[in-house]
Amino acid sequence: MLDKAEHAIRTVGITKRFPGVVANRSIDFDLMPGEIHGLLGENGAGKTTLSSILAGYYHPDEGEIYVRDKFVRIRSPRDALKLGIGMVYQHFSLVPRFNVVENVLLGLDVAGQDVKDLKTLANAISQRATELGFTIDPWAEVSELSVGEQQRVEILKVLFRGASIIILDEPTSVLAPVEVEGLFRTIKSLASQGRSIVFITHKLVEALEFCDRITVLRSGVKVGTLSKSRLKSAREVVQMMFGAEIEPTTAKRVQQVGEEVLRAEGVFVENDLGHEALRNVSLTLHKGEIMGIAGVEGNGQKELAEALAAIRPLKAGRILMGGRSVLGSNPAQQYDLGVAYITDDRVGEGLVRDLTVAENFVLKSFRKPPYRKGLIIDWRRAEKEADHLIDEYAIVARGPRSIARTLSGGNLQKLLVARELSRRPIVLVASQPTHGLDARTTQYIHQKLVEQASQGTAVVLISNDLDEVFALSDTIAVIYRGEIIGLLPRGHATREQVAHLMVGLQEESGKAAELVQK
Amino acid sequence: MEEGKGLSELLDPIIIMFLTFLFGSMLRSATPILLTALGETYGESAGVLNLGAEGMMLTAAFAAFVAGVTANSVLIGVLVGVGTGMLIGLIVAFLVVTLRADQIVVGVGFDVAAVGSTSLGLRVVYGTAQLPLLPPREAVNVAPLSSIPIIGGLFNQPALVYVAILLTPIFYYGLYRTRFGLKVRTLGENPMVADTAGVNVFLFRYMILVLVGAMAGLAGAYLSLYQVSFFRDNMTQGRGFIAIAVTMFARWNPVNVFVASLLYGGAESLAGGVQALGFLRTVPNEVVLMLPYIFTIAGLVALARRARIPPALARPYRREL
Repeated sequence: MLDKAEHAIRTVGITKRFPGVVANRSIDFDLMPGEIHGLLGENGAGKTTLSSILAGYYHPDEGEIYVRDKFVRIRSPRDALKLGIGMVYQHFSLVPRFNVVENVLLGLDVAGQDVKDLKTLANAISQRATELGFTIDPWAEVSELSVGEQQRVEILKVLFRGASIIILDEPTSVLAPVEVEGLFRTIKSLASQGRSIVFITHKLVEALEFCDRITVLRSGVKVGTLSKSRLKSAREVVQMMFGAEIEPTTAKRVQQVGEEVLRAEGVFVENDLGHEALRNVSLTLHKGEIMGIAGVEGNGQKELAEALAAIRPLKAGRILMGGRSVLGSNPAQQYDLGVAYITDDRVGEGLVRDLTVAENFVLKSFRKPPYRKGLIIDWRRAEKEADHLIDEYAIVARGPRSIARTLSGGNLQKLLVARELSRRPIVLVASQPTHGLDARTTQYIHQKLVEQASQGTAVVLISNDLDEVFALSDTIAVIYRGEIIGLLPRGHATREQVAHLMVGLQEESGKAAELVQK
Repeated sequence: MEEGKGLSELLDPIIIMFLTFLFGSMLRSATPILLTALGETYGESAGVLNLGAEGMMLTAAFAAFVAGVTANSVLIGVLVGVGTGMLIGLIVAFLVVTLRADQIVVGVGFDVAAVGSTSLGLRVVYGTAQLPLLPPREAVNVAPLSSIPIIGGLFNQPALVYVAILLTPIFYYGLYRTRFGLKVRTLGENPMVADTAGVNVFLFRYMILVLVGAMAGLAGAYLSLYQVSFFRDNMTQGRGFIAIAVTMFARWNPVNVFVASLLYGGAESLAGGVQALGFLRTVPNEVVLMLPYIFTIAGLVALARRARIPPALARPYRREL
């Protein structure tokens, strides 16, 4: 049935409107059997909307969908499931408390796939995993698995539902470089079995490397589809994505690293579960220095950031600022001492969704003048300041009284950055500051970080994006299982070396790391 | 201790009476809690917090009584009680699933409304006259076991008590050993996951709320038709809320729900027994009657603190980015 169809999926004129935006405007898209089709575009280009429509999660306002050349109406994920369309969501659709078998079992009956009992299913899962080149413990609780393993479970789940069309939404964004290679191998073997793959990404290199064709979306409109064989240069695609060319972030700045401003000595910290998350971490930050912390997510980055911001207590060791211990500071005192923190949890920890822009802006400083006037808060002053920042940072908001909820992700991040930088901090801890942002906003935030460092702030840049770390950092510290296992000045570090350290392959680059450590 | 010896000889038959009473009545006291809490377990596991359990029980108790008297049949009374609970469950589902109303407000609203409307209903139907009598119900004897001294009372219970006990393993099996149960629990963990697995979130939550209503309705019918034989203003006396507490400190496991209900039933019987037999004369009656409620609070403090609440509990579902 697969072989005979000309197209696995074809859409005609898909349009989807959300309040205030047209997420997809009359999109024609087609997917061939056995093809890996890249769906490329900036954040907010409409990639996820289009794929969610194919997966039945959204209903298009206009347009037609053909699956295997037959007109279909997909009213719900249930319909999509029955048509053999499976989606691997960016934030996986797994229940962490259930084991792998239970997660796979869910929805099998709807897809018309039957299993005799859980044991049979567990064996089948192990076998399928082996075929795809990895191993998985079918009885493990999903919460105990690494993000990469969870993604494999998600893929297995879709396969067991009998999907012949698989949509992967930004599958590489959560993976370490080594894991990405494994994912590519898996996807290629799926395609070679005749399955059709839609691969959503905003990383150009991946799409070029790995897809048969690439469709580029911009602001909800399809710019074009290119087949890899006919593609002349990457530049062409970049232009399609962004309209005009965008220069990569230039971090060429005069390097003026000054005196020591913060020093961590032998810091041990526990995570929320009471397990050791930082082990004997020592760091020295200098005025005007950007220290990039590279590592695979979940190796202690979050705990490091929180230890520096005094949100998480130290189990051992100490943190000194200007030679004086800041042990026992609470987060507010730490902020007053000059440590600003851009959290990676924008709307959970950083901002309050239901407060206004101005309220969010003074959230850390309302206790003190100039925003405190006697017993009350000087809202006039706060709003004036917030209004000023809206202009300076080009935040798209109606005004200081807009509710934060109404701002887009990128603008929320700008607001958070604006607030944290507004106090001219001595130390800035920036955790995943550009995660999930489009290229323009990313570039803007990079500029701001560099600018801040030039003004003398010591920046700790924690990022999963190696490009970002390399582009901005003066020093690169690699964190692995809670330890800083390499400290490399820029220029001495190669991507390969850092990537290896990140996943614990210390032997190959160990020597180089040792050479420069201390 | 000469004095002690004398006392124990004197009290022996009273203690035997007391224990006999305790074992006989604890299952009866536990049953309405057990029935309601079994239903709530499914509701909360599916992410729906039904704070209206108290109101459902009370309304069902009233409807069951009126129907039972009118039709002169306990069975019809029970069926009407269950039906009333299901109907309220359906209305609650419409409000909290379809209209996405706040589950706490809707639940508490129903509780308050039920107290007033059943009291009013009672006076509208029977005026201020003496309440009519229900047809008699017989306890079901489990033949040889019920004649065992002291604990024999455990095996001489109204039919609905046995029904409640038998439902416990069925509810456990359904929730933890079937696909249906897996889907229900997924709704409480993350409805989006269920949705993308082809589970109709809305339909499922409707079904579950009707089931929750049916169980609370059965409990209500038990109260007015079996435990006592009349309807009295606010006769549930917070049992619906206790059932919700029991659900939580039983951590959404029907077997634990059974144990916790039994402990509650024991506490209530103990209070009744102490009062009836005139133990502890120095302690005021009111203090003794507090026992089941103190037990509930203690249970919540001790166990529910560590309980892991279903993440999607009390959150309406809507597809979004």
